[in-house]
Amino acid sequence: MSTTTLTHDEAHDHGAPKGWRRWLFSTNHKDIGTLYLLFALIMLFVGGASAMLIRMELFQPGIQLLDPDLYNNLVTNHALIMIFGAVMPAAAGLANWMIPMMIGAPDMALPRMNNLSFWILPAAATMLLLSFVVPFFPGGGTQINTGWTIYPPLSVQVGMSMDFLIFAIHLLGISSVLASINIIVTLLNMRAPGMKMLKMPMFCWTWLVTAFLLILVVPVLAGGVTMLLFDRHFGTSFFDAAGGGDPVLFQHLFWFFGHPEVYILLLPSIGVLSHVIPAFSRKPLFGYNSMVGAMIAVATIGMVVWAHHQYTIGMSLGAVTYFMIGTILISIPVGLMIFNFIATMWRGAMTFETPMLFAVGIVLMFTFGGLSGVMLAVVPADMQYHDSMFVVAHFHYVLMPGAVFGLFAGVFYWLPKWTGHMYDEKLGKLFFWTNVIGFNITFFPQHFLGLAGMPRRIVDYNVMFTEFNVISSVGAMVFGLSHLLLLYIVIKTIRGGKKAESRAWEGAKGLEWELDSPPAFHTWTVAPQIK
Amino acid sequence: MSVKDHAGDYYIPDPSPWPIIGMVSLLLTLIGAALALNGVAIGQFAVIVGLLLFFYLLYGWFRDVIQENLSDRYNKQVDTSFRLGMFWFIASEVFFFLSFFGALFYIRNIALPWLGGDGYLGATQEILYTGFEPAWPSSGPGELGGEFQPMGPWGIPAINTLLLLSSGVTITWAHWGLKLDNQKHLVWGLIATIALGLLFVGFQAYEYGHAYSELNLTLESGAYGSTFYMLTGFHGFHVTMGAVMLMAILGRSMKSHFSSHKHFAFEAVAWYWHFVDVVWLGLFIFVYWL
Repeated sequence: MSTTTLTHDEAHDHGAPKGWRRWLFSTNHKDIGTLYLLFALIMLFVGGASAMLIRMELFQPGIQLLDPDLYNNLVTNHALIMIFGAVMPAAAGLANWMIPMMIGAPDMALPRMNNLSFWILPAAATMLLLSFVVPFFPGGGTQINTGWTIYPPLSVQVGMSMDFLIFAIHLLGISSVLASINIIVTLLNMRAPGMKMLKMPMFCWTWLVTAFLLILVVPVLAGGVTMLLFDRHFGTSFFDAAGGGDPVLFQHLFWFFGHPEVYILLLPSIGVLSHVIPAFSRKPLFGYNSMVGAMIAVATIGMVVWAHHQYTIGMSLGAVTYFMIGTILISIPVGLMIFNFIATMWRGAMTFETPMLFAVGIVLMFTFGGLSGVMLAVVPADMQYHDSMFVVAHFHYVLMPGAVFGLFAGVFYWLPKWTGHMYDEKLGKLFFWTNVIGFNITFFPQHFLGLAGMPRRIVDYNVMFTEFNVISSVGAMVFGLSHLLLLYIVIKTIRGGKKAESRAWEGAKGLEWELDSPPAFHTWTVAPQIK
Repeated sequence: MSVKDHAGDYYIPDPSPWPIIGMVSLLLTLIGAALALNGVAIGQFAVIVGLLLFFYLLYGWFRDVIQENLSDRYNKQVDTSFRLGMFWFIASEVFFFLSFFGALFYIRNIALPWLGGDGYLGATQEILYTGFEPAWPSSGPGELGGEFQPMGPWGIPAINTLLLLSSGVTITWAHWGLKLDNQKHLVWGLIATIALGLLFVGFQAYEYGHAYSELNLTLESGAYGSTFYMLTGFHGFHVTMGAVMLMAILGRSMKSHFSSHKHFAFEAVAWYWHFVDVVWLGLFIFVYWL
């Protein structure tokens, strides 16, 4: 292969390579971005299907559909697939597509490694799916009933499917670290001449911070699951009190990764919002510098407050107080971001196309999720809410609007740029409304369930919780099925539709809108000058 | 590719099969490992095939990169990308090691005192492990793995510290040779570094043998054995990888691939070697000494 790369340059001088090689061997940021997004879309449906099964089971008290082990297995897989398979790859897909176009670079800095970080994902997804199905084969051991947090000692006792899960986490970690290195290098080294750091588009800033977070925390998770693997098979006692270890140690390692992970999921979406809201308010982003500062503050504080996920384990009073204050502190920079968005909209000439609808939805609902987060951050209150459906409601309000709606907004905002066609605005709005209404019907009642004492991750529940669960399950069906509409809109837009101009939205600003829609296979081969 | 037509522009490689070969090799290796760990015989076979494929990938990918480099496709900006990439890769490695150091500190300073009834968690001690006196080294209240002797710092570990520190000196000496365009100087500097590195690995292997056969210090020796072998083991693995990287660099030096102004690969390996060196210092202090 190497010799061909050196001698056949002339053959590759224009356009995309043909056939399957284009996709399998790609070194083009746009193609790899598309691969990431398609992978994320598939995983969204896999994870969504498992969530719908969970909600079907919870439609009524008692055990109807799933046996308890399978239920727990589904809960575990739903979380891992959605976080690592859907949200992170989708955000990486947006980064791949947009960052080089936004900063005037010809491609990502390390294009071959870019492809490696994508292709590790299908391998990781295969391992995850294997961890789900292996127990159904003879000799496959027990199902994974730990939840995505895989706490020992339970995770030391699960059968071989846990090993598949551990290796899947290793692969996902390698993929994320490689992708992050690539993004950091691209942003630090590939900006067009004249684009200073504080002139970078906000989406790039959010990804820079996200990538730093990933590089710092993912290796710690890898270390944690490696210790778990050794405890399982090689007789070590990191998490075994009899040997002087401590199961709580794993929780610390896990949440040292797990809490920044929340910001890893959230920040790229904040970046998308910082483009969508100014574009449809026809005003520049309010407080660019303060947004950058707030983001760095969120990431920095976010790295040192992990143990608020473990208030109930019996930490010392000093420790829980520190973690409580640190956690509540985060609401200050996050609040600043929200106020910046509102100030951007203030007196703007606003229109409400689908991306903007999602953006406004995020500002409202993410704030709601953030506020229930402040409730959970308070130690004495959390002692009551811990591991209840209230927590489930809280983090779905943070992650669905905060992360996923942001990605939807980005997809609708840039779809005309990617495909060269405008999507069907009516269908887009229909998708937004079914999606957002379905979401709220699903998760809003869970707050009440949690406050009334319904524990999470349980296949069966007391009859007194029936009404709210019925509402939640009906909402979940609407919510889940509404994504078929997304699929239909995306396919329809790829196949045709009104031609998009290079500046597809009237108020859109940035280098990416200077390029054709769809852009040429290689763009910015000569870097633009930024004044 | 149009990008290349402009002199001095950023090099975008052509489509490459290596990433997808990487995916297949990793998948084979890890499925195999998961099966092998649970006693499914075919797993070992998959691991071997996967690893062979992975080594082939490393060989092929680096061969491509070296050839592109020799045909002068990498400008200054590409060079900077590589440097930044290596730097942040090492940063991620630092945090990988930090998780194991964190485990060590947590066990010594928080978990063991808890087990000994420290603070308001005295109940643990009263109910579960009555009379347990926390001390380090410890194999826990259950004394898992039986009685053992810890590994003292002033025998082989001190010699190993000297070896690695001197290897840091010799690689810097080799770098001087490279900067002076003195190939002989460079090659001997690298050979000395590799020799010191291999000697280190040899001593480490001997130390493990000694620990297992005479001190009864094994992976099963509770928290002390776990952290000791995990930290020194992963470090030893990194030294071995570093030594292999040094050998590759030695081969390239002999073929005169580097010049005084362009030798990113050499510097990347040197950074990596220094990183491994610094981690060892942490190990020597916190695992062996204190």
